[in-house]
Amino acid sequence: MNKPITLGDQLKQQGISRRSFLKLCAVTTSMMALPPAMIPRVAAALEKALRPSVIWLSFQECTGCTESLTRSHAPTLESLIFNAISLDYHHTLQAASGTAAEAAREKAMEKFYGKYLLIVDGSIPTRDNGIYSTIAGRTNLDMLQEAAAGAAAIVAVGTCAAFGGIPYARPNPTGAVPVSELVKDKPIINVSGCPPIPVVITGVLAHYLTFGEIPPLDSLGRPSAFFGESIHDRCYRRPFYDQGKFAKSFDDEGARNGWCLYELGCKGPTTHNACATTKWNGGASFPIESGHPCLGCSEPNFWDAGGFYEALSTATRPLSSWAGAAVAAGAVAGAAIGASSLRKRATAKRAHHRVTAEELQQKEDV
Amino acid sequence: MSPEELLAWARGPGLQITVVIFLLGITVRLTEMWLLGRATDFAAARKGGAAAGWRTVFHRSLPTPGVMKQAPLVFIGGYIFHLGFLITLVFFVPHIELFHGLWGMRWPGLPGSLVDLTAVVTIAAMIALLVHRLVDPVRRFLSNSGDYIAWTVSFLPLITGYLAVHRLALPYTQMLAIHILSVELLLVVLPFTKLIHTFSFIFSRWYNGAMAGRKGVAS
Repeated sequence: MNKPITLGDQLKQQGISRRSFLKLCAVTTSMMALPPAMIPRVAAALEKALRPSVIWLSFQECTGCTESLTRSHAPTLESLIFNAISLDYHHTLQAASGTAAEAAREKAMEKFYGKYLLIVDGSIPTRDNGIYSTIAGRTNLDMLQEAAAGAAAIVAVGTCAAFGGIPYARPNPTGAVPVSELVKDKPIINVSGCPPIPVVITGVLAHYLTFGEIPPLDSLGRPSAFFGESIHDRCYRRPFYDQGKFAKSFDDEGARNGWCLYELGCKGPTTHNACATTKWNGGASFPIESGHPCLGCSEPNFWDAGGFYEALSTATRPLSSWAGAAVAAGAVAGAAIGASSLRKRATAKRAHHRVTAEELQQKEDV
Repeated sequence: MSPEELLAWARGPGLQITVVIFLLGITVRLTEMWLLGRATDFAAARKGGAAAGWRTVFHRSLPTPGVMKQAPLVFIGGYIFHLGFLITLVFFVPHIELFHGLWGMRWPGLPGSLVDLTAVVTIAAMIALLVHRLVDPVRRFLSNSGDYIAWTVSFLPLITGYLAVHRLALPYTQMLAIHILSVELLLVVLPFTKLIHTFSFIFSRWYNGAMAGRKGVAS
């Protein structure tokens, strides 16, 4: 076998200058919320990193996550990092197809057993033994369990793999579940988002390459460096929220002035992601900057968390019929209690015996 | 249960359950009160009983003479609490959005900083009122668990709302869920505690005023 190719070799071969490489390291280091003093360490570690074998399994998904990563802003250092890993199986990106593709996956899994990084995008249907999504005649469920067994760590890319996403939304006809519900014995990094930000995917991979371990995670298994703050707290429109200036429709004065989109359903306050800081399309903008409220796509159950265009503080289920029934039932119950009190009073009145002076006199005599 | 699931529950099924208990409770209590019956007139009633009732509803919201000397803290604190609670409830934009979702009506909100100031003053007034209740021997003697429950469930929405807005104590999603749940707790216990006065005050004041009016005396 040839001498293992390091990431440094790979980048050199592709004509990436030292300067560009260090720039990447600086960006990656700051993205991972590490101190600047760590840049040389990140650079040294990345240069020496062996190309880890990566198996990318796409399950019940829309390929949006892959699109996000590959078509973000071409050609980028992020995508080179992506090239620098040994992507041994990705049924959208690989040249091989059919049995050859499956053979490549099996070969990589065997060769790097216990060492490969498993990336999953898409949820896994479990109802009826998982027959609702199959690849090469095998269910996603079966394929995940086999691939997870030999993985060093699993990166659940996209909200479907991380939290179930759209297939998981009510009524969830396929019994879709996120990776974390099926795999309990391996470290799982949830890189949520629909799709996730490309630099977040590459940042997580860079962290893994640099330190050989998974980055610090939040309570939902997401890398804290990218998901530590809410969109609302980092939003450039936040001052308008504080001033009480809101867009009421998509074409009113407020919308044209770039006021806060809270009333148009922005889920920024409860959404944790790096959109407001890293932005999209090479740092061009992010949804709120384009005048659209945040959908909250990097949070669990975002599809069922009320209407996209309903403000965060509104009710997510209809209340009027319940309210009507409650008032009707209350009126009936109140009338019953009232009638019972009236009956009691009438009974007491009937039983009331007027005492005469003679009777009192008699009592006194006794 | 994760904070996200808690929030989803609070905004969905939790709110449905709350609305049912709240409206059922209010309707039962008010219907019951209405059916209590009226005292029989033994003499011809004076005219203008109903008008006297409405006058009393308004009148008793005004300070009674001498109250500022007798109980300044209760007087000032009480007004601040009632008005402050109303302002934060009715003029905070996220709350207006909730009402808009429920009734399709919207009104202009106040800037966050003003609502914030109101909330702080209201919270301070509530704490002062509680301390006064605990320290003053007469008030302490007159207070029972119902008073402390009423104070607690009214205080929780204010303090949790403030903490949520300022990202204090807990992450926003979690605090927002707790805030909504605290409001739901308030609404659920409201019909069955002294807090029913939020609705019954109109009826009781009107009845007192109207009865006095029928007798031709001032209430």
